[in-house]
Amino acid sequence: MSTRHRLLLHEMSLRDGMHPKRHQIPLERMVQVAGALDEAGVPLVEVTHGDGLGGASINYGFPAHSDEEYLRAVCSRVKRTRISALLLPGIGTVDDLRMAADCGVQCIRVATHCTEADVSRQHIGLARQLNLDTVGFLMMAHRSPPEALVEQALLMESYGAGTVYVTDSAGYMLPQDVTTRVGLLRARLSPETEVGFHGHHNLAMGVANSLAAMEAGANRIDGSCAGLGAGAGNTPLEVLVAVLSRMGVEHGIDLYKLMDVAEDLIVPMMDTPVRIDRDALILGYAGVYSSFLLFAQRAAAKYGLSSRDILVELGRRNTVGGQEDMIEDVALDMAAAAR
Amino acid sequence: MTKVNAVIIGSGNIGTDLMYKLLRSEWIAPRVMAGIDPESEGLARARTHGLVTTDTGVEGLLPLLELKNIRVAFDATSAYAHPENSRKLTERGVRVVDLTPAAIGPYCVPALNLERQLHRDTMNVNMVTCGGQATIPMVAAVSSVQPVAYAEIVATVASRSAGPGTRNNIDEFTRTTAGAVEKVGGAKRGKAIIILNPAEPPLIMRDTIHCLTEGEPDVAAITASVERMIREVQRYVPGYRLKNGPVFDGKRVTTYIEVEGLGDYLPKYAGNLDIMTAAACRAGEIIAEQITGGAR
Repeated sequence: MSTRHRLLLHEMSLRDGMHPKRHQIPLERMVQVAGALDEAGVPLVEVTHGDGLGGASINYGFPAHSDEEYLRAVCSRVKRTRISALLLPGIGTVDDLRMAADCGVQCIRVATHCTEADVSRQHIGLARQLNLDTVGFLMMAHRSPPEALVEQALLMESYGAGTVYVTDSAGYMLPQDVTTRVGLLRARLSPETEVGFHGHHNLAMGVANSLAAMEAGANRIDGSCAGLGAGAGNTPLEVLVAVLSRMGVEHGIDLYKLMDVAEDLIVPMMDTPVRIDRDALILGYAGVYSSFLLFAQRAAAKYGLSSRDILVELGRRNTVGGQEDMIEDVALDMAAAAR
Repeated sequence: MTKVNAVIIGSGNIGTDLMYKLLRSEWIAPRVMAGIDPESEGLARARTHGLVTTDTGVEGLLPLLELKNIRVAFDATSAYAHPENSRKLTERGVRVVDLTPAAIGPYCVPALNLERQLHRDTMNVNMVTCGGQATIPMVAAVSSVQPVAYAEIVATVASRSAGPGTRNNIDEFTRTTAGAVEKVGGAKRGKAIIILNPAEPPLIMRDTIHCLTEGEPDVAAITASVERMIREVQRYVPGYRLKNGPVFDGKRVTTYIEVEGLGDYLPKYAGNLDIMTAAACRAGEIIAEQITGGAR
């Protein structure tokens, strides 16, 4: 693990966790969870629509409250914890970014598909200019070989990103995949630039992949209490923290308080258990964007199809993050073919 | 027989594809292409088709305007460069068709408002965005039947068909498209999303158009209106197809569109470029008709 940068754990339940909650987390509950994470010493918490700033839409789902309402409420509640917001260029704009900064967000993560970093120039540039902790987030990173991924990471760094993430949006990677990608980023990016890893637990690799990432030089690791996140969820943060404590790695978080947030606040929020069911498993197995899960299940119910078949077909068509509109389209094609 | 002389500014994907369409036009003759890269393939192709080229951008072009009797200019550069380009051209009496998302002139979608937007004194007309050209006709197909409270479009294009202009301008794309979904499409509120997909072989441009109607949607009337509009757009973009839908789900009406290009310059998957250049060509032809008084 890098000796230059301190380990920073980043909590996802109030952003990635919006996917299994269909973006309906009540405002009071979000404030309560953020407050409890603050108490537990979690340094950084992400709060946004699951698909980032501006994600409120027919395509991704309308949230219970606007990004601005969530962010203002949470930012005014936390004391030590810093709040981040996600932004996907093509969905959110620099106007959303300015709004988030105005609400008190201190970290902006600009996410693109792993081959499309050059759409993030405007947004990374502005975040840097606003003096925010600026992160580039390369999604579906399993779709790029390490050498290609590092070129995209270098672009984000050149636009002003202080951190670049290897993002396993499909929960597809195995530890060796993480090691090669994170290791190459660590070797080729400037020593001042931090490297991060965001995992999904679809193949139960969340903790193992996070450790592989740290070993290869990543110092920012994402996780979520009780794993609340898309697909089979994110790396379960309380589990990762327990493992890190056993390893003697300094993380600054109160393990028992974090376990209590997971058990007493997050698990009771779940509409259905966030676990590796067969659909979540197929996401990881076939390399499909994790937030497609519920959309595929709804389309399957509506058109009398198997959600697993829909997800496999979405993988076969090489869909990328944000293409939720393809799910009903694919289901219509499959239903027509079955007739 | 006299055609109206035109210039193309920008020698990239859009400018080059547009040149092939203008070369087939009965109303317009492309005479000059202006670029900034002397090595660009677009300029080389323009020369082989007899166009005069300059690699010093609009500055290099200005002395040629009078010499070549240029009356119409197509700007396929970027939203940043367009306002200044337009000013220099319009003050010299050249009418401008804007293919960037700068949108300083009125929006124009040929299937919907071409004649209405193109008054004889309109010096600058904007072609919205590729996603706007592909999706706004579907919004209008619904809003012409009954009020649309909200429309949202998702445009997915092959990575290879998105050049540096689009990539550096992605916010301008979403803003301009959303604005035109309202102003031209007739939705009370509009939103636009763009996705780039790097799949190989590249996917054909596809668009999803969601409308939320105010009352219960009139299924028969909307279905007929969508089918009519598809045929209308096919008059200038033959590869414009209804892939699925309209799907009715409560007040949501969704159509799934695919746009295959003619393959003039770029491959057929780049329907996003084709629909833009085909629409701009149509707009330019109407302007040419006005300039010649409808007679050649």
